[in-house]
Amino acid sequence: MSIGTRFPKSDGVAKADGSGLYADDIALPRMLHAKILRSPHAHARIRGIDLGAAEALPGVVATLVGAELPLKYGVIPWTQDETALAVEKVRHVGDAVACIAAIDERTADEALRLVKVVYEVLPAVLTPEDALEHPEIKVNERAKVGNITKHVHLQFGEVDEAVAGAAAVVRETYRYAGSTHVPIEPHCAVARIDADGNLTVWSSTQIPHYVHRELSRVLGLPQSKVRVIQPLLGGAFGGKSDPFALEFCVAKLAMKTGRPVKILYTREEVFYAHRGRHPMKMDVTLALDADGRIAAVDNKILIDGGAYASFGLVTAYYAGQLLTGPYRFGTYRFDSYRMYTNKPPCGPKRGHGSVQPRFAFEVALDEAAEKLGLDPVDARRRNFIGEFVETVNGQKITSNGFLKCLELVEKASGWKERHGKLGPGRGLGVAGSMYISGTAYPVYPNEMPQSGVLVKLDRSGRVAIYSGASDIGQGVNTLLCQIAAEELHCDPYDVTVVAADTDLTPVDLGAYSSRVTYMVGIAAREACQKLAEKLRAAGGATFAEACQRAEAAEGAPLAATGGYRTEKLGGDYRGGTIGASPAYSFTAHVAEVSVDEETGIWKVERIWAAHDCGKALNPTLVEGQIEGSVYMGAAEAQMEEMVYDEKGLLFGPSLLDYRIPTSLDTPDLDSYIVESNDPGGPYGAKEAGEGPLHPAIPAIANAIHDACGIRIRELPFYPQRVLKLLRERDARREERAAS
Amino acid sequence: MMTLPDLTVLRPGSVAEAVEALRANPGARVLAGGTDIVPNLKYGMYDTRHLVALRGLSSELRYVREHRSGELRLGAMCSIDELGRSELVKARIPALADACQQIAGPQLRRMGTLGGNLCLDTRCVYVNQSHFWRSALGYCLKKDGTVCHVVAGGKRCVAAASNDTAPVLLALDASVKTISPRGERTIALHEFYVADGLHNTVLAPDELLTEVRIPAAAARRRQAFAKLRMRAAIDFPALNLAVALELDGHSVKSVSLAVSALAARPALIKGLQDLHGHAADAIFAEELGRRAHKQCKPLTNIGIDPGWRRDVLPVLVRRTVLRAIG
Repeated sequence: MSIGTRFPKSDGVAKADGSGLYADDIALPRMLHAKILRSPHAHARIRGIDLGAAEALPGVVATLVGAELPLKYGVIPWTQDETALAVEKVRHVGDAVACIAAIDERTADEALRLVKVVYEVLPAVLTPEDALEHPEIKVNERAKVGNITKHVHLQFGEVDEAVAGAAAVVRETYRYAGSTHVPIEPHCAVARIDADGNLTVWSSTQIPHYVHRELSRVLGLPQSKVRVIQPLLGGAFGGKSDPFALEFCVAKLAMKTGRPVKILYTREEVFYAHRGRHPMKMDVTLALDADGRIAAVDNKILIDGGAYASFGLVTAYYAGQLLTGPYRFGTYRFDSYRMYTNKPPCGPKRGHGSVQPRFAFEVALDEAAEKLGLDPVDARRRNFIGEFVETVNGQKITSNGFLKCLELVEKASGWKERHGKLGPGRGLGVAGSMYISGTAYPVYPNEMPQSGVLVKLDRSGRVAIYSGASDIGQGVNTLLCQIAAEELHCDPYDVTVVAADTDLTPVDLGAYSSRVTYMVGIAAREACQKLAEKLRAAGGATFAEACQRAEAAEGAPLAATGGYRTEKLGGDYRGGTIGASPAYSFTAHVAEVSVDEETGIWKVERIWAAHDCGKALNPTLVEGQIEGSVYMGAAEAQMEEMVYDEKGLLFGPSLLDYRIPTSLDTPDLDSYIVESNDPGGPYGAKEAGEGPLHPAIPAIANAIHDACGIRIRELPFYPQRVLKLLRERDARREERAAS
Repeated sequence: MMTLPDLTVLRPGSVAEAVEALRANPGARVLAGGTDIVPNLKYGMYDTRHLVALRGLSSELRYVREHRSGELRLGAMCSIDELGRSELVKARIPALADACQQIAGPQLRRMGTLGGNLCLDTRCVYVNQSHFWRSALGYCLKKDGTVCHVVAGGKRCVAAASNDTAPVLLALDASVKTISPRGERTIALHEFYVADGLHNTVLAPDELLTEVRIPAAAARRRQAFAKLRMRAAIDFPALNLAVALELDGHSVKSVSLAVSALAARPALIKGLQDLHGHAADAIFAEELGRRAHKQCKPLTNIGIDPGWRRDVLPVLVRRTVLRAIG
């Protein structure tokens, strides 16, 4: 039995000892290095590009400008609005303008400084409010109306009536700062053209299939002539789930020169490529009835999208659609605008679209519960939506271990004995959440399986699994070994995984929306079960012997395929499929914080996190996902923010100025796995990679309230913000004492 | 990745050769540990074509010695890490060991040197950035430009002194020994730094800092260091300070307080003589905080809210003074 065991991560040693091969480790004979010239302006029309001096520099081999790659691309087919290099306009500081390939990086860098670009600077819009107010300043021509990427307005039930009749109503504005992913590996791509004109691109991507499609389209090559390979990846978190300028540039430059070409982004360029978490302003109304049940939730959401759409259409939906569990909502309305602004584009970051509204909602729920004198844990428990139910917006929840999660963290943290009783400067806070295990909606409409797996048996007893899925650190390649071992009764160490190579592996749509374990798991199980049948019939003393006998019986090599076929899910209304998932995961956190009331400096002391992943196929990997998620959420609460100056220049695009917590800034983490055994998931599994992030932020905010009686409604919870709120609290107390 | 400019690295084997290399190559810069100059070179902050790498001077300049006079002498090539761990330093000047332990992270402490930290170039959020970024900003006074983005209309660079060892050594009346083609000199640390972010020391381009001298009296002084930073490691100071006190029973015989990460020059808080004779108590600590608050005005050269840093300063001073008193 291999499922449920702590089988070691298959790429763990190679990552630790340095022997693993990442995209930047690829070095080919005669390979060129390319660099991208970037815009110093937030918004400008390009009047001319003079490459003469750059081309004359010894060592420069080729140059590239936007006009050579004019076709627009984008991950969502309905909102393709970017080009590899600016064609007429630049839309943010750092937008790509031209690309130069040279014999080494330094020569390419020197050549960039010799390029003369004539810009006509245009007025820029830098906030979503400005973007609404100034439709005449068009950031991106794709927007049909003003600067709106997407507007979603959905209502379920009579919200206003429910608010009017409620016992406690909270109306507050919550603000979520933008943050970025910070994978430790910067984006890197290498392209090569072979003698027959076939193009191979190795890229640090989490969506090889979409990159394959877009490369083919933009370069004008048949898909059958393009091959995309994803090497070992050094983190992604959603930051590598769009096609990026560098992939098109290396490919086109390889085609122009006949030589291999590499681009490795600098850390600064990773910040400009961005696709991080959207800043959101959320005007929340939350109403509880006299029993503390959620009568209504109303959320007006203004989303700062940056210069391109990326996944923004989905973001505008997710911001509302994913909030309707683990609690039952009596009525619900949301109204979200995703706006174009002249800043690096936002996109999907771990917990795409729903981390921000979850923060707002879970703090508002605490505030409302306080009005009714309800214990925050009880307030959540009594609103539990249940198992095998439909949400107010028509999503089907299957298994649901949320109550168990809540109970675990309540006990582990000593909630009953300690909440509200820890004395000044120390407090506990709770929050819950729900997230999708993949989405029923493939990014481009088609009837083919979302995920396919091919399993081949060798007469040596070696098993080869061909899977299109991207292992981005979540460990899907390890799980494939375990699934093979489980079904075929082979040694998991005798399994080779060939992954994420569009020539060799069946299609998987990519590592996003927490879909991989669920969908690839189902596909792999199906393929392995087909082969297991034949092995059983063949018999044999050893696994290798069984393979030989089965192959003899078959009269052909043994192989089988499996697939995950998209189910029709979701509410029967426009947008009803977005956010509809075959299964939802659930999480509860309790956070403990300490606050220094003289300085506003606070610290997360500990977080207890319980996550319902259905079934832990590998508990070590699940715990890793819980811990990594909690870390990332706590980091956003503590310090992460993309800050721009008045001209749209990102402050400090480096890991010195954009701070992420060190190990010393990371709280003690206790992770608990809850197994609700989902009937649809592979072996009962649901997602674990994104859900566990959500409650960290509101749990911390609620803990700060328990510690010192302030409500912090804006991220990050900088000490200066905490200190300001503490002073306002003191002023209120003095006023009260005086009167 | 970011590329280094084309550089010739000179590797002298002695102090004399190093000074000669600096003299013979005008504009050459010194590479001690390289932890700061290497990223700055990648940022295009220096136009230098020559680096004088000092690793070959380790046998001459890497020592912790107690002089007959009781003076403690630290070679400029001591690593930050070894000073943080040195039993002699911990016993005699614990505030310095504390400051060293709070610099950057373990790997950088092993590379970084005492001399390098004292000569650390001033830092500013508007200048320690890539050439591209600075070009988008429109450059600044410190490099390639004519305006200051910190002080509107400012004509003098206010990039921040960010060395953590400086406030401790200032408060303890340390001095530095230097050598140049014109010979050796000893400079009191309070005369070593100047209020100019372009070049905040009195060192000549061909002059090398070789040693730090801490007077014997330092060991008798109660001392403490504090550093404000957003993270518990890696970060340069958002503020740092050191206090040194001589006590006579329960009363203060002398006190000095140094605060840095403000502008180009680490500040010694002025006019504390009237506190001599004051009881070493909470009121005294509070008063030092008040004076520091009055004299120190954090700027936007460091990307952390200056108003908040100023708010926190008196609290930090008070707590540090109380810690020094014990």
